[in-house]
Amino acid sequence: MTIADPVLQGLIDSLNAAYGLCLDDGRLEDWPEFFVEDCLYQVIARENVDNGLPAAVMYCDSKGMLVDRVVALRQANVFPEHFSRHLISRAVVTGSEGNTVTAEASYAVLQTRNDGETRIFNAGKYVDRFLVEDGAARLVSRTCVYDTHRIATLLATPI
Amino acid sequence: MNTQVRVEAQRSIPTAIDYKVYHDPEVFAAEQRNVFKGRTWCYLGLEAEIPNAGDFRTSHVGETPVVLVRGQEDKVFAWVNRCAHKGATVCRSLRGNQADGAFVCVYHQWAYDSEGTLVGVPFRRGMKGVGGYDKDFDPANHSLEKLRVESYKGMVFGTFSSEIEPLEDFLGPVMRKYIDRVFQRPIKVLGYSRQYMAGNWKLYSENSRDSYHGALLHLFYPTFGIYRQSQDSAGELAEQGFHNVFTVSKPKGDIDYTSFGDEANREMQGATKLQDERLLQFRPEIDDDVGLHIQSLFPNVVLQQIQNTLATRQIVTLGPDKTELVWTYFGYADDDEETTRHRLRNLNLVGPSGLISMEDGEAVELCQQGTIGAEGKFNFIEMGGDDVREYYAPMGMDENAVRGFWKGYLELMGDALSASTAEVPA
Repeated sequence: MTIADPVLQGLIDSLNAAYGLCLDDGRLEDWPEFFVEDCLYQVIARENVDNGLPAAVMYCDSKGMLVDRVVALRQANVFPEHFSRHLISRAVVTGSEGNTVTAEASYAVLQTRNDGETRIFNAGKYVDRFLVEDGAARLVSRTCVYDTHRIATLLATPI
Repeated sequence: MNTQVRVEAQRSIPTAIDYKVYHDPEVFAAEQRNVFKGRTWCYLGLEAEIPNAGDFRTSHVGETPVVLVRGQEDKVFAWVNRCAHKGATVCRSLRGNQADGAFVCVYHQWAYDSEGTLVGVPFRRGMKGVGGYDKDFDPANHSLEKLRVESYKGMVFGTFSSEIEPLEDFLGPVMRKYIDRVFQRPIKVLGYSRQYMAGNWKLYSENSRDSYHGALLHLFYPTFGIYRQSQDSAGELAEQGFHNVFTVSKPKGDIDYTSFGDEANREMQGATKLQDERLLQFRPEIDDDVGLHIQSLFPNVVLQQIQNTLATRQIVTLGPDKTELVWTYFGYADDDEETTRHRLRNLNLVGPSGLISMEDGEAVELCQQGTIGAEGKFNFIEMGGDDVREYYAPMGMDENAVRGFWKGYLELMGDALSASTAEVPA
């Protein structure tokens, strides 16, 4: 096992922490800013990944598409009112080449609806590719591979 | 039809259904017998999911767990996933391949072949002359409960009924014509999602047949200035009423958004532009201009083509207020990588996170919650009339197909749906 550069480790963990809090605080408009322009964000069932199947419940292959998701969420989509709470593990850096770093981290998203009960809404892992530039990391791709095959009601807010 | 008739209704009729049908455990139990195990063909899966001998996929008929298997010689079988010995679940995986073709219950290792026939019982003669089954024990009498299985264009259906007509007749010529449209060439499965709704299965069945709610609940299109309702639409019902198909074609000529904005209750925004229009891009690939094809086949599947998304949605009834929708997404077998990516982009529109469909899950739950304690009160399904017609094209502002669903449902339920104490005014 190799120990990741502590600076790099810190950059990625900081990004993940800020990413989770951004979504949980409802600052959805800021969420696309964690990504580079030419990015890929997808939320895909583990059963699909394990069987080599590509279908994802969200598949955005540009930052514009992330913005469209947010606008739709704000203006068009109807879903149960809720809070999200991301719990994200320390990242495991799986590789790096030049200024590109790959890493994975486990997550659990808890959801609290108007009845006040907090439920485990979605658990899985992030499979990520970061661009590290000027002392900051941004996401080139984030694949949320979820274990929670059974999506409760619907999945509106990004993971 | 007017409110008076509704109030006087002692029994549910296609325009006025007693809300208890969404809650009553006895109704739910009767549905398992009369609908799912009655004279219907239930969708089990796609042949493309189990292409090779030994491939299996677990599935459901109503609440009953079944397994779909491709045996040797390419034949597809289905059996109830319940060991004939103690009722244990035999097949414990969602899908896979049983290369030796034997399904063995882990509890006492009773072994079944792909057809569900019992082929092995450990210690059948006991051990050292002690124990064992009586010599009259005949494995042939202890097979898994087998379903009759038929496929149409790669969609596999099963039935518990020995009296039902062949699948093709159950679907009828109109439904078959539209199934042919989607399965015009070989498909490949792209993946799954599962959406769990705390609501009754019939609320979802109504929803998929309801063309009225389209642009009212699902505001994605109007928000981004894309108005679906003014495009050409058509609806057709099968003879029984309970299957339907609704299509919307690409508009010919200019689209006028103004009349919708005037008539809808909610203000249409329309000023917002999509940043990435590839999301919505439509590449006609079937020899027509249909961009939306939603086909509900009673009792448990919806077949869809929306833009370039292709999917089946299988309805699993786990309880009066527990419904799982299993989405199976597919493309055509000859899709290149770029076409698959295009479909994945389009898939943002549908499924549990679908920009134009996620609201259905919420609508089902709202109706479930809102009808608690409403036994003896009735819904009101008279948009577009009070009859059931085989063809309708009223820009989607019609609940004809919802009435068709109830017509077929009520016929199957017969006396099992007892009259409620209706609210008759003093």
